[in-house]
Amino acid sequence: MIGQIAKGERKLALANLGFAYAAFLIGTLCGLLQVFIRNDALTLPGWLDYYQVLTAHGLLLAIVFTTFFIFAFFQAGMSRTLGSFGPKVLLWNWIGFIVTSLGTLLVVIMVIGGQASVLYTFYAPLQAHGLFYVGLALFVIGTWIQGFALVGHYQLWRKQHKGELSPLFAFMTVATIILWVIACLGVVAAVLFQFIPWAFGMVDGINVELSRSLFWYFGHPLVYFWLLPAYMAWYVIVPKILGTKVFSDSLARLSFVLFILFSIPVGFHHQLTEPGIASFWKFLQTVLTFMVIIPSLMTAFSMFATFELRGRELGGKGLFGWFRKLPWKDVRFTSIFIAMAFFIPGGAGGIINASFQMNEVIHNTLWVVGHFHITVGTPVAMTFFGLTFWLIPYLTGRRFTKALQKLAFIQIISWSVGMLLMSTAQHVLGLMGAPRRTAYTGYAHDDALAWFDGVLSNHVTMAVGGSILFLSASLLIFIVIQLWWMAPKADVHQAESFPIAPSDASATPRFLENWKLWIGIAFVLIAVAYTIPLADLIQHAPPGSGRFQTW
Amino acid sequence: MHLHKYEKIWLIFGIMALIIFLSVVGVSAFHQGHTPSGGHKKIDPEKVSETAPFDQPGVHEKEDGTYEVVMVGKAFGYDPGKIQVPAGKEIMFTVTSSDVVHSFSIVGTNVNMMVVPGEINHKKHTFQEPGTYLVICNEYCGSGHHFMSTEIEVVEQ
Repeated sequence: MIGQIAKGERKLALANLGFAYAAFLIGTLCGLLQVFIRNDALTLPGWLDYYQVLTAHGLLLAIVFTTFFIFAFFQAGMSRTLGSFGPKVLLWNWIGFIVTSLGTLLVVIMVIGGQASVLYTFYAPLQAHGLFYVGLALFVIGTWIQGFALVGHYQLWRKQHKGELSPLFAFMTVATIILWVIACLGVVAAVLFQFIPWAFGMVDGINVELSRSLFWYFGHPLVYFWLLPAYMAWYVIVPKILGTKVFSDSLARLSFVLFILFSIPVGFHHQLTEPGIASFWKFLQTVLTFMVIIPSLMTAFSMFATFELRGRELGGKGLFGWFRKLPWKDVRFTSIFIAMAFFIPGGAGGIINASFQMNEVIHNTLWVVGHFHITVGTPVAMTFFGLTFWLIPYLTGRRFTKALQKLAFIQIISWSVGMLLMSTAQHVLGLMGAPRRTAYTGYAHDDALAWFDGVLSNHVTMAVGGSILFLSASLLIFIVIQLWWMAPKADVHQAESFPIAPSDASATPRFLENWKLWIGIAFVLIAVAYTIPLADLIQHAPPGSGRFQTW
Repeated sequence: MHLHKYEKIWLIFGIMALIIFLSVVGVSAFHQGHTPSGGHKKIDPEKVSETAPFDQPGVHEKEDGTYEVVMVGKAFGYDPGKIQVPAGKEIMFTVTSSDVVHSFSIVGTNVNMMVVPGEINHKKHTFQEPGTYLVICNEYCGSGHHFMSTEIEVVEQ
């Protein structure tokens, strides 16, 4: 079949996708339980605790679903754009997949066993079972193995194509993997040198503020690790669905380079209300955080430029006539367009969160929960849904039938409605002071009673939204199962394709693909932003904290 | 690298907006003193109750007429529990934790502090309105996290 990738890569990508959607199903079910518990409408059986469910929800959706999906997308796309994997590349991808899966299973077993109700941030000195941290380490190592295997495939291609710029999809994949590997250094250092020795009793104390700073060195670029694959879909896949080309090859590459540079030295904006870090360093990282908005502005421009140019080509007249000419009946496009639309308030909210003292208004309130549900929970997740609709039938050789397309529309619309209700309620409640990460919030105070009043400012609205979201998630699982095993086999003419838009790289400067340069600058920026405050935390460390299991 | 004219306008507009935002935030922080809570002093998390000022938690009036509230967070409450402070007076909140990470967050104000073991955190605040203020822990601290709250009684003087 034309454009079909080799069987080995298909199996590999499907394995990652299967793991991703299993995590998605359990993770969204946990979310459903949470909104009911928060309204005092559900009591869990004795062997299950709210915070256990919350830990599972965060880990399974934010970490497991995203990561496994991203690698499936990378593996399929790298094979599609650079050619089939050699046996070594394929083998190492499988080894990486197995290590990542083992790590995940270890973590899940610890959470289910009640040994790790520490939420996905696992802040010390809450101490989970040592194997929980071992599982986290294996997870990261597994992703590195898969990442390096993909980079190896890319290097082989470059050797065979001396002097050429790599295809845009491959360039962006490599940029995302570089970002991920550099970001993980922080969490790996914390887990290997702080958490594991401490959890297994080899040392008695842990430097809490240092562990938090290392976590957030990882925690912010983590969100860009989710976002960049979505941006890849926006830059490379969407124009093809529209029947056009990439707006500007050089700007697309430049924006990814800027993400490598500016998404890492910014973690302190998650720690603005904490002691132990001087205001100067918090503010410096606030400034760097704002720098990372620029590549997102570039992306927004490229997207709408693509839409308008194509809409006009299709005969759209007047100022906004092009808008109606876009292929709204194609759910592969509409899903991603809605995802982008959600990112407008999502990004604006992010600017508020990072704005230094303004952070005090919303820090650790439900606002933050609302924020990440309209960033990773919709722009990223719904882009992934939009990819799923063609990626699974592409890999299984089945058809995304008209009936399934209709269901897919219901799925993305219900997800949008549910998310709009839930996240709006969360934003408003957060402004009213309602905390995040709490079970039923029955504080006996007028301010807290107001959190159950009103239309949008109500925990009940949140629960209605959450319930719609779970229905939507179930529908998606149904579609996935259909596309995987049930839908009719496609013949040559009906086969789904992996859409890759042409991108004219003839005017793209070569230095954009000089990774040594960008990695070097990234480390300089990291050194500037982190060396002094981290050294200060190590030199002036208080006596370490002991081990606490307060759940 | 070719930049479309509209893209130049868009990026200049965006970058200018970011510069304005940052300037507002920076001037407010470093000129007017509106920095978020913070602090440099360390403390032995196992000896909190023996270490000044946490050996005497509570409300202290200082010589210059301002107040200091010394507070310890622990699973799942605050020491002291309910306190009373005057309206219209500047209050310095000084907090730490004797076990895991908590927060000290007064609903309806900008007091929203992380309470980290080993570290001492500070925040200045003046209550303008008398009344009962709800204090909650908004950082997960264990199975009783959602029960961790107290109240501050702000009275007219």
